[in-house]
Amino acid sequence: MAATDDGYVRPAREAPVSSSDRGDRLLEAAMAVVEWPFTRLQRLIGLRRMPWVFVLPNMALFTIFVFIPVLLAIGYAFTGGTELLLWNRPFVGFENFSRLLSCGSYLDPATCELDLFWTAVFNTTWYTAFNATGTLVVSLVTALVLNRLTRGKAFFRAIFFYPVLLSPVVVALVWKWFLARNGLLNAVFADLMGERTIFLLEVLWSRFWVVYVSIWFHMGFYTLIILAGLQAIPRDIYEAALIDGTTRWRQFWRLTLPLLMPNLLVVLVLLLIRSVQVFDEAWVLTDGGGPGTANTFVVQFIYETAFATDVRLYGLASAASVLMGLALLVLTLVQLWLGKKAEN
Amino acid sequence: MLGFLTRTRGKSRMDVTDILAWAWLILGTLVIAIPIGWAFLSSFKPEAEINSFPPTLLPRAAEELAIDGYDEPLPAYAWTDEQGETRTVGLVRRIGLKATVVDPASPGERLSVDASAIEKQTVLRPEWSNYTDPLERFAFLTYLKNSVFVTTVATILTLVLNSMAAFALSKYRFRGSTTIFVLMLSTLMLPLSVIMVPAFMVVVGLNLADNLWGVIFSTVATPTGVFLLRQYMLTIPDDLIEAARVDAASEFRIYWRIILPLSAPALAVLAIFSVIWRWNDFLWPLIVLSSPENYTLQLGLNAFQGQFTVQWHYILSMTVVALLPVTLIFLFLQRYITEGVASSGVK
Repeated sequence: MAATDDGYVRPAREAPVSSSDRGDRLLEAAMAVVEWPFTRLQRLIGLRRMPWVFVLPNMALFTIFVFIPVLLAIGYAFTGGTELLLWNRPFVGFENFSRLLSCGSYLDPATCELDLFWTAVFNTTWYTAFNATGTLVVSLVTALVLNRLTRGKAFFRAIFFYPVLLSPVVVALVWKWFLARNGLLNAVFADLMGERTIFLLEVLWSRFWVVYVSIWFHMGFYTLIILAGLQAIPRDIYEAALIDGTTRWRQFWRLTLPLLMPNLLVVLVLLLIRSVQVFDEAWVLTDGGGPGTANTFVVQFIYETAFATDVRLYGLASAASVLMGLALLVLTLVQLWLGKKAEN
Repeated sequence: MLGFLTRTRGKSRMDVTDILAWAWLILGTLVIAIPIGWAFLSSFKPEAEINSFPPTLLPRAAEELAIDGYDEPLPAYAWTDEQGETRTVGLVRRIGLKATVVDPASPGERLSVDASAIEKQTVLRPEWSNYTDPLERFAFLTYLKNSVFVTTVATILTLVLNSMAAFALSKYRFRGSTTIFVLMLSTLMLPLSVIMVPAFMVVVGLNLADNLWGVIFSTVATPTGVFLLRQYMLTIPDDLIEAARVDAASEFRIYWRIILPLSAPALAVLAIFSVIWRWNDFLWPLIVLSSPENYTLQLGLNAFQGQFTVQWHYILSMTVVALLPVTLIFLFLQRYITEGVASSGVK
């Protein structure tokens, strides 16, 4: 089948009969079978209603699995008990929220009623701060380096992007093995320090590696976005600067960085949004947030409160989800606002 | 010092910034390649060697000698005798400081030698049983099948349903089309972690909990896919559709025979992404699927590594299996992927 310039669609070939031709005919027949009910339907309901037929399957799934849950999410946060079905759950008002938020002092998780939640909030905060800054700096440097390459750009871009495509479980296991007691890092570390360290069982080391692995995992994605921003900067600006004898250092601070700033801000907010939701790779890497609760994050708290305990507290988990959703909403609005500003 | 952060090009001479830039690239490449390469090499090591420290780089296994008169092959040792000559011998037994060895040249004669004078011989040999054992003895074949099923079916459904919706949203003006599009886009930023509990209730309500279809159906209506395809279909001229209508083609025929073939590049990008997403999915399957026979590869791998923490030879081989499809896709299609990401900002 080919659409020609005049828009007329005609069969690719009529004769002679060959085996590939028979294949074509089979395909043709199969396509006709798929077409038939839709053609009938169109005769039945008319052309103007057909677009609804096209959006309907997608919209139905979308409504069932996204819109309805969004509406229900709020409902869950105000109900208690351990029943899963919303209509069987007793209304408890703000009880879930007040439990989450009742603290002697907000600066000390130990004084809170749900100390695990506040530990998770604190852990998520420091993780977000370090991860967002670290990823931004590493991605920016990599994008700048890639942008000035004349040869091998596609190759190195691909190398830096590759980890992004791996699964969180794979990434966590690869690094768990690298950091293991018998791992490669200990082989080097034992030579230098005289003894082996079980990195993931020490609080500070484990936190360091959780952030490090996360940067390693995701930086390629942000590098690509920043690189696209860099390539959008017109080249003649630099030529003008070169004629003026501007030093490169100055060029970076006075030209590249200001011109890139809208792009960088969007990347930063995106990073914050993603960092707040940290779960998969950190959870597998640290065997469920360890050592102790040193790497327990908010999503882990939600997941475990709702799904990984005997007493499934869906209401409490949903209240925590709603609080996190609010934080993300603020960040999203900031991003939209920044995006709009960047467009102008 | 940070002069390399600036950009100039076309210089004939390497200067400090070039050196720093290349150092960064080479360092980055090593940082990315070494952990993966190390896991890959380790996945071929026999169990005994994977637990030895300091580690060896390449997978080695004990060499064995078949000697006449012995039913089983004997482990090969290098024996340095009193004259300083080294011979390869088979070890019969070792008791304390003494070892009994046999020279393959004279199989009838047993020699008693100092245990310190012999050294174990190894050969370079990948341990393929690391890969076959988990598939045969553990449920990894089931996990693999489940993952392939979910990935294939979800990707096909994603392509069909998203392209139909994108067709309607790009080629027709009908009441509510803008609303639908905006509603869909607004959920682009909505993370699963916020609607975990109610989404699970919906799956339970549809009787799809602990069912692969529960994982599939909830992931196919991606706003990203609809957006990507819609933007592409907007570039296809409407004249084609008008002409087809004049020829009395039905609307579905227009979608099926004209728009879909012409959208092939965008469909390809979405297909690549969908395969990678579904293959790598973790949190949602973790919530929906509860019995091990329904686990996908990612869940099975996670459960296995939690249960058998010391079986690194199996964990690593299955990790390699899990990263292989994505790696192959990347090797052959990386241009589409990096360009798709750069132009649409999806991941």
